[in-house]
Amino acid sequence: MNSKSQTVLSDTDAYSTNDAGVRAELSEIDASIRTASIFFTVSSVLWLLIGSVFAIIAAIKMHHPDFLGGDAWTTFGRMRSAHLNAMALGWGNNVIFAVGLWIMARLCRSPIRHGGLLLIAGLFWNFGLTLGLAGIIFGDMTSVEWLEIPHYATPLLAFSYLLVGVWGIMAFHFRKGAHVYVSQWYILAALFWFPWLYAIAQIMIIWFPARGVVQSVTNWWFAHNVLGLWLTPMALATAYYLIPKVLGRPIYSYYLSVLGFWSLALFYNWAGVHHLIGGPIPVWLISAGIVASVMMVVPVVVVGINHHMSVVGLHRAVWRSPALRFVVFGSISYTLASFVGSAMALRSVNEITHFTHLTVGHAHHGVYAFFTMIMFGGIYYMLPRLLKREWPSATLIRVHFWGSAIGITIMLVALHVAGWLQGVQMKDASIPFLEIVQMTLPWLKARSVSGLFLTVAHIAFAVNIFWMLFAAGSFRARTAPTLLSKNDGEAFAK
Amino acid sequence: MRNLALLFCGIFFTLAFSFSGLILSSNNILGGLQRTTETLDEEGQLQEGEELFPRVMPGLAKQGKQVYIEMGCMYCHSQQVRRAGFGGDAERGWGPRASVPRDYITQERVLLGTMRTGPDLMNVGGRPLNADWHHLHLYNPQITSEHSNMPPFAFLYEVQAIEQSPSADALQFPPGSPYAPAAGYEVVPTRKAEALVAYLMSLKLDYSVPEAPIL
Repeated sequence: MNSKSQTVLSDTDAYSTNDAGVRAELSEIDASIRTASIFFTVSSVLWLLIGSVFAIIAAIKMHHPDFLGGDAWTTFGRMRSAHLNAMALGWGNNVIFAVGLWIMARLCRSPIRHGGLLLIAGLFWNFGLTLGLAGIIFGDMTSVEWLEIPHYATPLLAFSYLLVGVWGIMAFHFRKGAHVYVSQWYILAALFWFPWLYAIAQIMIIWFPARGVVQSVTNWWFAHNVLGLWLTPMALATAYYLIPKVLGRPIYSYYLSVLGFWSLALFYNWAGVHHLIGGPIPVWLISAGIVASVMMVVPVVVVGINHHMSVVGLHRAVWRSPALRFVVFGSISYTLASFVGSAMALRSVNEITHFTHLTVGHAHHGVYAFFTMIMFGGIYYMLPRLLKREWPSATLIRVHFWGSAIGITIMLVALHVAGWLQGVQMKDASIPFLEIVQMTLPWLKARSVSGLFLTVAHIAFAVNIFWMLFAAGSFRARTAPTLLSKNDGEAFAK
Repeated sequence: MRNLALLFCGIFFTLAFSFSGLILSSNNILGGLQRTTETLDEEGQLQEGEELFPRVMPGLAKQGKQVYIEMGCMYCHSQQVRRAGFGGDAERGWGPRASVPRDYITQERVLLGTMRTGPDLMNVGGRPLNADWHHLHLYNPQITSEHSNMPPFAFLYEVQAIEQSPSADALQFPPGSPYAPAAGYEVVPTRKAEALVAYLMSLKLDYSVPEAPIL
């Protein structure tokens, strides 16, 4: 083992160590960020529930257009946009601020300063987002994908983000130790990339609109990078942190981590223009996007190997740990979703899949099956350490896992099949458009069913969290971790 | 990793690379596009005295675009035509030619769209559909397009008692339509509905530009 991977080991070995000093240090860090992280966690879960309600309404309207059809504020375009923003900016950003910043603080090995900054940021973020969602629902939506929030709410979000960014830099500045762990690269980079993307998109599309389709190029550079350079790095950082922590052994290869990080940084941010294949923009731009999309195979394979080799042989421990069960589901989904994404960027495939439900399915493959599942895992790992209590109910965790896993699988199958058939039939002009609509309806109904599974899962998750937060009682006295199978012990004895 | 300078430079330059490659360069290439005549003269200059394209949208249609935006129509309807032979756009009659960057330069907000739950609307104003059809279709899509999954926009219309004679702009329901109002009542569009239909009727790809002539 070379010296570098040993450094990784010592960084990540704190949890499984018996060294009282290291444990005390982590405990002190946890205490310093507890209030902020719990505030963000609770916010994220509330947005998850709100977003689920919008999702179900929008999903049902797809096959029963008269459902809640009497008012402007519940029309499909507004409900789906409310869903997207509640999930991406409400659930996604709050959970990133909760878990990502906590991981950052722990890896910087220094109690955080000015935790109050984070609380103010959190209040602004949630207030701005509430205002923004109200704006969408009551008629001020922008109809720019991923930027639907009206212009009067975005400055609140920007201010909030500024505070988070400043805090992140300060946390990093006051770190201890010379080595910077792979999770920190991802979090630092994402904290820097996101405001750049968001500011440029706001300026060039909303505030000072660029000419014609330059807006569209900017839109997809931004929107795809919200996934690629914001959600993805944060989820990968969480996976890179949790896998060695829970299993008590280092990440398989330091060099693969480096290669995975830099190839993602280099390729992902060119890929977004594949949303405009066949559209009215210069062909060379699209070709560049396609090349980058295919090159994404490199970071995906590298990270996939690295994560797989890190858990190989310890599958029972993975299955038993609530956090890792979710993280590994998410990591596998990352590999699959990315391969599908690279394929969808090929012109011959995109000719079929563009403009269909398959794109919607693919978006959920990335944002839910990958990002969201890993962040669930992050919360399952983080909260017991912040609260110094165990999870009240293993059953609720199981309901959450299976509801999410089955729900998202049904959704992915339904939307991929429906989208593919839709694309093939749209290409054949002899098939009337309304017949294609009819063909998709059963699949869209299956998607609504999947939404019920996911919502039940989210409710189970929320109940467990609030039970843990507020309920006194027997589970408080529990000292052993809540695990998902009976013969616990060995893997965690270290 | 210990070399922080390298880390920060890498983080900065990777995004700067795509920002300049995609955003700045497309702004550089397309940001200066101007309206043009359908053909150019021998010296590559605009033909004097001919109409400039793309057209500038009339005022009522602009208000209608705002309705289109606030209702989120673009989440099911794209506004772009792909070239013949790529997808079924041309064969479905969604436009007489592919749309090109210049077609969008007069638009303050570009609504290309990425989803076709419903048909493309780049040239919907060029189809043989009159305002009456659009009003009925918006009031309840089932009237004109049975089994469509488009939501009804009946809230953009008012049902009112007929005073003396029916209003000129009242919707003309097909005989026996289950969506028709009760006897003695009529359905009239609000200003938002009028504007939205004006916008839809203004969406036309019926002109050539030098780089994309209608053949």
